[in-house]
Amino acid sequence: MPSPAPAIERRTAVPASLVPPSGGEATRRRREFSRRRALTIAAFLAPAVAFVTLFTYYPMFSGVFGAFRNWSIYNIENQSWVGLANFETILADGLFWKTIGNTVLWVVGSLVPQFVIGFALALWLRRRFRFRGVYQALIFFPWAVSGFLIGILFRWMFNGEFGVVNDLLMKTGLIDTPLPWLADPALAMPAIIVANVWYGVTFFAIMILAALQSVPDELYEAAALDGTTKARALWHVTIPYIRTTLTLIVLLRVIWIFNFPDLIFGMTGGGPAGQTHIVTTYMIEITQQGDYGRASALGILVLVVLMVFASFYLLATRERKEARR
Amino acid sequence: MITLESRAGRITRIAALGLWLVLTLFPLYWIVVTAFKPTSDIYRFPLEYWPSTFSMENFAGLFSRANFGTYLVNSLIIATVSAAIVTVISLLSGYIIARFEFRARGAVILAFLVTQMIPAFIALGPLYQLMVTLGLVNDRTGLVFVYIAMCIPFSTIMLRGFFENVPDALEEAAMIDGCSRIGALFRILVPVMTPGIVAAFIFNFVSCWNELFLSVTLLTSDANKTVPTALNGFITSYNIDWGSMSAAAVLTIVPTMVMFAFASKYIVQGLTAGAVKG
Repeated sequence: MPSPAPAIERRTAVPASLVPPSGGEATRRRREFSRRRALTIAAFLAPAVAFVTLFTYYPMFSGVFGAFRNWSIYNIENQSWVGLANFETILADGLFWKTIGNTVLWVVGSLVPQFVIGFALALWLRRRFRFRGVYQALIFFPWAVSGFLIGILFRWMFNGEFGVVNDLLMKTGLIDTPLPWLADPALAMPAIIVANVWYGVTFFAIMILAALQSVPDELYEAAALDGTTKARALWHVTIPYIRTTLTLIVLLRVIWIFNFPDLIFGMTGGGPAGQTHIVTTYMIEITQQGDYGRASALGILVLVVLMVFASFYLLATRERKEARR
Repeated sequence: MITLESRAGRITRIAALGLWLVLTLFPLYWIVVTAFKPTSDIYRFPLEYWPSTFSMENFAGLFSRANFGTYLVNSLIIATVSAAIVTVISLLSGYIIARFEFRARGAVILAFLVTQMIPAFIALGPLYQLMVTLGLVNDRTGLVFVYIAMCIPFSTIMLRGFFENVPDALEEAAMIDGCSRIGALFRILVPVMTPGIVAAFIFNFVSCWNELFLSVTLLTSDANKTVPTALNGFITSYNIDWGSMSAAAVLTIVPTMVMFAFASKYIVQGLTAGAVKG
């Protein structure tokens, strides 16, 4: 039988670092301790910070300088300083202004239905039922798929000749002849927005459900005692309570939808004739054409917009943190 | 609060949830059905909502006519290696952010959060040039490096949340017993957090598996292509072969769906923490 003595000894013996030393010895120890602590922090953070700096931030900052140069993949050795010429080209480009309109339509047109349907689903999901966990896992499936592939799935469903959307609409008698969804600019924009709404509802449903579940029951009980109806309780109790969280979710979604060229890329590639480009898909197309200078200039415009929304988002986070204190 | 629900309310709720479930699953159902139809049935009216003949020709064609096997292996290697490295690196960084107060802490968190709002594709050109300088263009290792950088911020934020759910007392006890900090992290904390770490790994794997714009830009030769890059190649021609495309889509979606199904609970936790906690 092994003797338990060593264990007891270890527990009773105070580690050297915990013995209060005296005078200069104490200062030396404290300094040693804080030096080792700083070293640990630096060593543990170094790989993460190094990768993000080199492969995310460095290209981003060199892109900022590239926006003011004539920087083309076909003439990479000869990068002359061109001032604001890249920006002038963009602002004079008719398609750019078209993409701005499309971007607003894309963000607002996707966000509002996503929010409304997501909110409704969250309310319906609040009540427990037997397969709620399974249900949530099932409606979560679009998230395992890339936006690009979602675009491809919808490209096939909205196919003008053999698409299932036309088939279903004709069967139900809503249309008489097949519509060329993705070949007609007036139809292609609504089609990509429908796909995006479908993709984004789950995010809202799950996030809003989490927020709803954070509302304490006592609030409803108090409201019920006062004889409040459900609709009034929702409007006067629930929504005010989760207001900041809702703001955060919406801001985050605005940023993500704005940054979501993947779906369009898979579904229309910006076509027909560039009519479904949003700013980010347009930027990627210009990059692929090899005009890095112009793409970078467009990138700066995108960055500015993103920074505005990002600072709103960060402010809202801070406001909520303070509200919780 | 659970109140009594009227009969009409109950019917509305079940109908609405059912309708949304059907709408969510239909696109997936449709691509699977298409993948198993012989080409002649794909392009024929009336559309068949259940194939009259099942055929594997689309799947077989992917491997005989296109190098789909190579693309799958490339994607599998790149996503596994990247996700494994990211998970280890962000375990370290997530731990530090969860447990230590230090001067640069706020700046590091902010720098990571900002990358979540600025997409990786914003600097495709400069990134391409950086990779030329490093000699990593058309190199799978180069793409792994870029993916590591792409995944670190979210993975760190997610794991930090899981660390904060574990009391400090656990590793303090281990360290008083003479365990080093890194020993305490890997021997005491990691076993407790396994489900969360697996979820983080899966999330990272799926992000890398699905990524398109960086791989399209950085990988040029057919032998190095990943699955999304190959799918993109299927599109650029004017005539898409929807049989092959559907089969390829099914093969791309299925692995990630299975992985997500296992980890969805933890991924939701991580997302709500990451998105809403800040």
